[in-house]
Amino acid sequence: MAEHREFLQRDRRVHPPAFTPEYKTSVLRAPRRALLSLQNSLSEVTGPTFGHDAIGPLDNDLILNYAQDGQPIGERIIVTGRVCDEHGRGVPHTLVEFWQANAGGRYRHRNDRYLAPIDPNFGGCGRTLTDADGHYVFRTIKPGPYPWRNNLNSWRPAHIHFSVFGSGFAQRLITQMYFEGDPLIWRDPMVLGIPDRAAAERLIAPLDLDAAIPLDMLAYRFDIVLRGRQSTVFENKLQGN
Amino acid sequence: MVQPLPARLPETPSQTAGPYVHIGLIPHQAGFKIFETSFSNVLAGPDAQGERILVEGRVFDGANEPVRDVLIEVWQADAAGRYAHPADPRHASADPALCGWGRTGSDFETGLYRFETVKPGSVVGRHGRPMAPHLNLWIVARGINIGLQTRLYFADETQANAADPVLNLIEQASRRETLLARRETRDGTTVYVFDIHLQGDAETVFFDV
Ligand SMILES: [Fe+3]
Repeated sequence: MAEHREFLQRDRRVHPPAFTPEYKTSVLRAPRRALLSLQNSLSEVTGPTFGHDAIGPLDNDLILNYAQDGQPIGERIIVTGRVCDEHGRGVPHTLVEFWQANAGGRYRHRNDRYLAPIDPNFGGCGRTLTDADGHYVFRTIKPGPYPWRNNLNSWRPAHIHFSVFGSGFAQRLITQMYFEGDPLIWRDPMVLGIPDRAAAERLIAPLDLDAAIPLDMLAYRFDIVLRGRQSTVFENKLQGN
Repeated sequence: MVQPLPARLPETPSQTAGPYVHIGLIPHQAGFKIFETSFSNVLAGPDAQGERILVEGRVFDGANEPVRDVLIEVWQADAAGRYAHPADPRHASADPALCGWGRTGSDFETGLYRFETVKPGSVVGRHGRPMAPHLNLWIVARGINIGLQTRLYFADETQANAADPVLNLIEQASRRETLLARRETRDGTTVYVFDIHLQGDAETVFFDV
């Protein structure tokens, strides 16, 4: 029955507010009126589900999934983690998607004009389903930092973008993973837009030597917490009776 | 002292999808092909039940310029109001020819987004109160720090909309209209036009769900 319950109210203090003027693009794209709070109905507690037929065998291997005549340049890494809810329960069989720049900080995207070269063997995206306990894993190349037009000398810390579904559409989340030790993290207006420092720190993946493969690749660990559901169904029936 | 409650983990903070969201979620729009199966903006297969519709529109920023790098996802019930998800008591009979979910990016030049689907039926709401037919939308883009949730209702469903429990939560009647899609017929096809305003006098109603 767990997936039938309503979601706990989202604690907005752990998220960046819509309007963060240090991140200039938010200024004209932030709603300025209060959000309308909605009690969950079926429209919010349901959401799309994905089967293994949607995922190809190399979709979680960014080292191989766009390789043409060799492997991509850069630092080989594994990223592992677990998707769970606010009660610590693993979110099973949910779709996790990820995308990133190459080792030189360049995206394979028609709108990216950065002078660092495209890597012919690197696409920069992947996806996987979590296992029965919520775990996921993928191989990739560590992305490089890149400049962006915010202030004149703005640089994004190295990061991997993540998209996660969960079991209901109200859990939908996009976030970014940063790497332990990157000096650019605490200069980044997207990180600094999170009002709570401890919350921002939870986006920084530690090096996980135990998950590394000796003589092959280092590993980073990135756990993701999605919204939890109310613990009781009494008095909160979504359906009449 | 009292007994401690079980610890609750805080949700992972949201971050903007950024300008290159297409790479991860719709790589064909970024300009390359990588996956064997890709997700699309066509929700309804040829055999889907219900009225076939196009949904299109643009997302406008606070300067009233179309946002050309937005990504929109839609989640909806089938023509009989059933969601293809186990929390819906009627999910076992949900229309197998309707995916219920789709995603698309706005056009890099015009800012237009588009979905091909069928019009959903009325969904059973809280305490058995019916909700008017609607699409659930989720909007992310560069400059949007946390995904925006809203609903698209159909302007021609006058009676159902007037009784809809969510529309009626909106105090200012004029703001309810920001959630109504306009019905048009174009070359025999039904098109619902739904523009979204992130800011300004016409700011769309967004939900904290
Ligand atoms: Fe990025």
